[in-house]
Amino acid sequence: MRAQIAQRTLRTDRWWLPPLATFVGLLLISIYAAVRTFMGDYYWVDEYRYLTPMYSPCLSEECLPAAAHFGRPLPELPGFLTPPVVIIPFLLGFRVTCYYYRKAYYRAAWMSPPACAVAEPHAKYTGETRFPLIAQNLHRYFFYAASLLLLINVYDAIYAFSTGVGLGNLVLLVNVGLLAAYTLSCHSCRHIAGGRLKHFSKHPVRYWAWTQISKLNAKHMQLAWASLIFVCVTDLYVALVASGTISDLRFVN
Amino acid sequence: MGYQGHFRVWRGSDQGGGLEDFTVEVNEGEVVLDVIHRLQATQTPDLAVRWNCKAGKCGSCSAEINGKPRLLCMTRMSVFAEDETVTVTPMRTFPVIRDLVTDVSYNYEKAREIPSFKPPAGVAPGEYRMQQVDVERSQEFRKCIECFLCNNTCHVIRDHEENKESFAGPRFLMRVAELEMHPLDEADRVPEAQSSHGLGLCNITKCCTDVCPEHIKITDNALIPMKERVADRRYDPVVWLGNKLFRRN
Ligand code: SF4
Ligand code: SF4
Ligand code: FES
Ligand code: FES
Repeated sequence: MRAQIAQRTLRTDRWWLPPLATFVGLLLISIYAAVRTFMGDYYWVDEYRYLTPMYSPCLSEECLPAAAHFGRPLPELPGFLTPPVVIIPFLLGFRVTCYYYRKAYYRAAWMSPPACAVAEPHAKYTGETRFPLIAQNLHRYFFYAASLLLLINVYDAIYAFSTGVGLGNLVLLVNVGLLAAYTLSCHSCRHIAGGRLKHFSKHPVRYWAWTQISKLNAKHMQLAWASLIFVCVTDLYVALVASGTISDLRFVN
Repeated sequence: MGYQGHFRVWRGSDQGGGLEDFTVEVNEGEVVLDVIHRLQATQTPDLAVRWNCKAGKCGSCSAEINGKPRLLCMTRMSVFAEDETVTVTPMRTFPVIRDLVTDVSYNYEKAREIPSFKPPAGVAPGEYRMQQVDVERSQEFRKCIECFLCNNTCHVIRDHEENKESFAGPRFLMRVAELEMHPLDEADRVPEAQSSHGLGLCNITKCCTDVCPEHIKITDNALIPMKERVADRRYDPVVWLGNKLFRRN
């Protein structure tokens, strides 16, 4: 018999604050991303060749030809669907199966557990042993897909320099920098790079890579938030310039 | 300067019990265990508390202070305001014996379920040779003081008694990882990590890491790397789909 303590937790600090903040943060970003996705507009600044990362690559028939850096192999999407729906499953899949975001939403949305040493409200618990949560194990395949999309974002950011340099270029550059740091700091990346080895001494290069990625990996949570927020900032900046609401600050034309 | 501190301590046994209020003297530089000892010396001579080293190294004095799993001997009184009531309860996940003392046998049972270190055939103790970089990773896990605060905090068993049978807890999943990463261990521990030790039950919410007094990165360095090793073998989607479609196993 356990000690009889009726309270769900005896914690006296504001343990509910971090999960609440996480929940609100993720909710706001999801709403922003959904609105921008289904807007289907203001994703390309023709004059300066800025393409928002949310619409990159733009692959379907309705894409503006200049924004479709890799052609438009897909036919026009039916109904209310917009170009990002083609890539969003991969981007979302990458974030949703990420070890950090899993922790974040298991705690904040599913309350399993809401905070440490605070009882969860569920009567049964099977963790990640069954469908659908067992699919979290597919994370590394999303990592591969997201790495490809990252390369495309890097291409977009470089391509935008072909008309000069403006604030938008810097925004795109910082964005790919953060995305790259987030992607490289992924636990699956750490594992693939060298974590899976039993004898580091036999693989000095991979050991070195593992050491470097481990340093980044320790900041994975911070990079997850920074890159997520900055994608929205980048998208907003491109949208504001594309819609003519603000004009891009140019340094070199 | 000393002051009169307010304490609320769980007293009782497996037959029942509850929180009792006390006012005890607290002096500068003391830790919670000192105050519990003063309580024992001055007011409640039969108060049960387990302790040994008073230095955060034996792992005996695990309990919960203001709801947080911690070591009694490593929690300074200076982290509390003088007028704050300090609540001390036994670990929740294990059966209580008396007052602050719990029966931690679960942990020893789980420890025994893990097959021991298996060196290569023909290599006798004393002949082990390994590179420092190769053993380094598992050495982090050797810092463990067996306080079992991580297992106590893990919601998989803290909130679901029925999972105790199938779940080894972070402490012993970490032991599996330690052996798996050991350069001389020859046993294959990956399939059992998932099937017998319950790795899949962990949802990487990191409470074990948060409470570990040795600051071992249990989740990042032991549990997630083990999950990745399981994914290497079991969740290659192509193999997985084949198994589902053709009911192979
Ligand atoms: S990370 Fe896993 S093992 Fe650690 S407390 Fe959370 S569920 Fe338990
Ligand atoms: S891993 Fe840390 S929390 Fe768990 S038993 Fe060892 S020292 Fe205690
Ligand atoms: S663990 Fe977060 S992206 Fe892979
Ligand atoms: S008494 Fe040894 S760890 Fe606290």
